[in-house]
Amino acid sequence: MEASVANNYSGFVDGLKGGISIAVGYMPVALTFGLLARTTGLTLYEAVLMSVLVFAGAAQYITLSLIAIGTGAFEIIFTIFIVNIRHLLMSASINEKVEEDTPWKKAVYAFGITDETFTVSATKAGKLTTGYMFGLCFISYSSWVLFTGGGYIAGATLPGVVQQGMSVALYAMFIGLLIPSAKKSRKVLFLAGLAALFNSLLTFAQFSTGWAIVLATLLSSILVEWRGGRARNE
Amino acid sequence: MSNTMIWLIIGLAIVTYIPRMVPLVFFNSDKIPSAIQNVLKNVPFAILGALIFPGILTINDDLLFGVIGAVAAILAAYLGANLIVVVMFSVAVLSTYAYFI
Repeated sequence: MEASVANNYSGFVDGLKGGISIAVGYMPVALTFGLLARTTGLTLYEAVLMSVLVFAGAAQYITLSLIAIGTGAFEIIFTIFIVNIRHLLMSASINEKVEEDTPWKKAVYAFGITDETFTVSATKAGKLTTGYMFGLCFISYSSWVLFTGGGYIAGATLPGVVQQGMSVALYAMFIGLLIPSAKKSRKVLFLAGLAALFNSLLTFAQFSTGWAIVLATLLSSILVEWRGGRARNE
Repeated sequence: MSNTMIWLIIGLAIVTYIPRMVPLVFFNSDKIPSAIQNVLKNVPFAILGALIFPGILTINDDLLFGVIGAVAAILAAYLGANLIVVVMFSVAVLSTYAYFI
């Protein structure tokens, strides 16, 4: 019993160390989120509450852009659910790598699974202890929440011209996430281009923004997989 | 703090937590059919495309804002800049443009 507590403690410290790079990487992204939340019209408490309860960069950024264009709450929640479906795969994959433990402990650190905590833990050699997962997620989460508040408060002092420039930040981030993969894979470029085309057509056809994005994403993802599957079978 | 916003945040928290938690707590092994797995792997890239376009053209009444911001971001990302550098470069270019018009 005592040995297990000591193991968990050293695992936790290991996790904290592993998460330092994530915490540093989150700083500017969370600062930008806090700042954008302010320009989108959220209160400080709403912005921080979102980071405390949701803890998902892409989901929170997308939520802001959907709020900004007047999307309804139900459409936003459904869109975010679609965005988050990829976490199912990460959670299933990391489940193969973590030590068996009581379900409630796994249910707690499951909250901390993000693209970044997933990639760091999934590429670490060997089994992952519960202590490590707690440490990794804890330091990443703390950075995310603290800097959301910091960005919101600092945003008040930015000059108008910079605030106008900041309006492109979300889109620049999406472009920055897409281009490295698109450079390596024509399929990625095709997926994004097809979804952009579908989204334009659906927007032109007066679909609400939320549904247009969901439908365009699903249509593009299914069509590309269907075509790829047929090509593999022929 | 508005009630609608609170309910929205709670709704988001639930739909974000469930996909993270269910496989870890309830799966024994990977039982998702491969066709569905492949579709899900496509989702992040497809949604990025749908999110960028045509939304980026609507950030300002001046259509050039979106075009200039996109060109700056694509250039920086193509040259291999870090994500934060891509965002900051695009914002800096656009702030400069906003300053001069």
